[in-house]
Amino acid sequence: MANGNGKTGLRDRIKETNDKLWGSQFAESILRPGSPFKKGYSDSPRNRSYVVMNNVLYHLHPVKVKRHGVKLSYTLCLGGLSFFLFILLTITGIFLMFYYTPSAETAYADIEALSTNVAFGSLVRNMHRWGAHLMVLSVFLHMSRVFYHGAYKPPREFNWVVGVILLFLTLLLSFSGYLLPWDQLALWAVTVGTNMAGFVPVVGNQVKFALLAGVEVSASTLLRFYVLHVLALPFILVIFLAVHFWRVRKDGGISGPL
Amino acid sequence: MTEIPESLLRRSAEAKAKALGLPVEQVLAEMKGEAPPIPPPSDEPQPEPPRSDDVAAMEEAAETSEEIEEAVESVEEEPAPAEEVPAGPAAETPEIEPEQEAEVPAAPPTEAPLIESSEEAVSSPVAGDGAEGDGGGQAEPAAEPAAAAVATAVEDKPSSAGDGSSAGNGAGNGKVAALVSPRPTVPPKGTPEGVRTQRLLTVVKARAIQTVKAEPTDKVNTWPHLMLMEFGALLAITGLLVIMSVVIHSPLLDPANFNATPNPSKAPWYFLGLQELLSYFDPQIAGVTVPTITGIIGFMMVPYVDKNPSTRPSDRKFAIALYSVFLAGAATLTIFGVLFRGLGFNFSYPWKDGVYFDDLKDWVHFE
Repeated sequence: MANGNGKTGLRDRIKETNDKLWGSQFAESILRPGSPFKKGYSDSPRNRSYVVMNNVLYHLHPVKVKRHGVKLSYTLCLGGLSFFLFILLTITGIFLMFYYTPSAETAYADIEALSTNVAFGSLVRNMHRWGAHLMVLSVFLHMSRVFYHGAYKPPREFNWVVGVILLFLTLLLSFSGYLLPWDQLALWAVTVGTNMAGFVPVVGNQVKFALLAGVEVSASTLLRFYVLHVLALPFILVIFLAVHFWRVRKDGGISGPL
Repeated sequence: MTEIPESLLRRSAEAKAKALGLPVEQVLAEMKGEAPPIPPPSDEPQPEPPRSDDVAAMEEAAETSEEIEEAVESVEEEPAPAEEVPAGPAAETPEIEPEQEAEVPAAPPTEAPLIESSEEAVSSPVAGDGAEGDGGGQAEPAAEPAAAAVATAVEDKPSSAGDGSSAGNGAGNGKVAALVSPRPTVPPKGTPEGVRTQRLLTVVKARAIQTVKAEPTDKVNTWPHLMLMEFGALLAITGLLVIMSVVIHSPLLDPANFNATPNPSKAPWYFLGLQELLSYFDPQIAGVTVPTITGIIGFMMVPYVDKNPSTRPSDRKFAIALYSVFLAGAATLTIFGVLFRGLGFNFSYPWKDGVYFDDLKDWVHFE
């Protein structure tokens, strides 16, 4: 398109290139119908639905939500933020795993080296730690929100139960990560915590023994907590998360206003 | 008139052109107002096409179903504008009970409001909603054959008034209500002479055809409305986390030493409330009863214990009070454990003896 003086303007060139890029067979094959990046996308009710339906991540959501659900409030998105923090923790945790060996001889030195020798090591470790604390907090606040809204009432009873399990797993995840730096804080906090588990009648000592891989915190406890922290508990948590999200949809979406 | 995007216009023009068998460009031009309208013109959204159950009449007297079909055909054969009466889906015709006679009264224009018994008359917006809400129209013909409705659709062209003799037969029944289509009586601009736009859609007894079960809810599209909010929330929490991570360092004390118990030894903050309880009560109570019974099992049982169906705060004061007490208690115990427990886990004032909490100790010093 000429811009008056017979030359092609920069804006038109950009548009042309853009169309060529997103109109290519490769781009077309990636983008499902309704993607806002797709060539010729227009804002229509149909495409607004497609955006949600045709994206693997977005289709956790329904196409439409109740209007009160998008109102800005103090409790907006607490559950979603808990999930988001879990994703952040997974990403930062994978980063940390590259620099950490779960053995009593090297664990402390690894953390020290991580904080001083590794690019962004300190920042990522801090994000992982504070993210974990924030996640405990946001899961707890999410539960409080659900309670105050009475959102656990039929048909959502079972999802509340799943949610309590998720809170419990979140606490366990945070607690198992607490030991990994293998410093005085980690060692004795875990000692105090597992001593409390020992008070449970009948199975208390067995639970404590299974957790600690012995009668008290030792080098083998470190490996046990490490495997629980990076693999076993996240695995279980993800399964319950899937059930939790699925039931949110099946039980009629987010609950109504007060 | 507001500006309608070209793409939207084109899409509906394509649909209309397909239905009418006309070239797309012609329909599009008409929609844009660049060409003379196809009669009858419609400036406004397409009226819902009458369905075949609108076209058929139902009455109590038993007759054969052939007559129904004839009656239906007689309406459809009228030289009506094609856009007004697309042949209704055949699947909907069985809604007419075979025993019921079909009458097609072509009401003269002046008789358009066929409401004779106003008691059961349904206001026309209801009919409009019904037809729009779900095109299927959940008919319940077998439910009340005695209360059969007389449904008529009249193409109110003067020519169709020819067999007006049969009009009123159906309408004469005292137990029917007439529905007049919600289209305006004032013809839109550009209407050719002699074409009236008001027509009788259907005559039904109130609630005879469909019952609305679900209340309409006010909904918005997830994209972009909800996702925008969620994206904002994600950005906010990420920002908070990054700032926190830059400003506060994670603690790293001396290497673990089994022979040097620190004083005091504190659990992670989310277990400090429990540890606080342990300093007051027997471990069997604080370590078992409170966390497992109250904490896990108690919480899981909440929805099965709380039988109150209401979610309004004014109806569930006890539940809210109970949870608030729990919340306040947990917060108090935790804060007490974090701030007011010093050497030997004894009571201490944080401003006098210092805070014994290693988690948030290592702040960045800006100098």
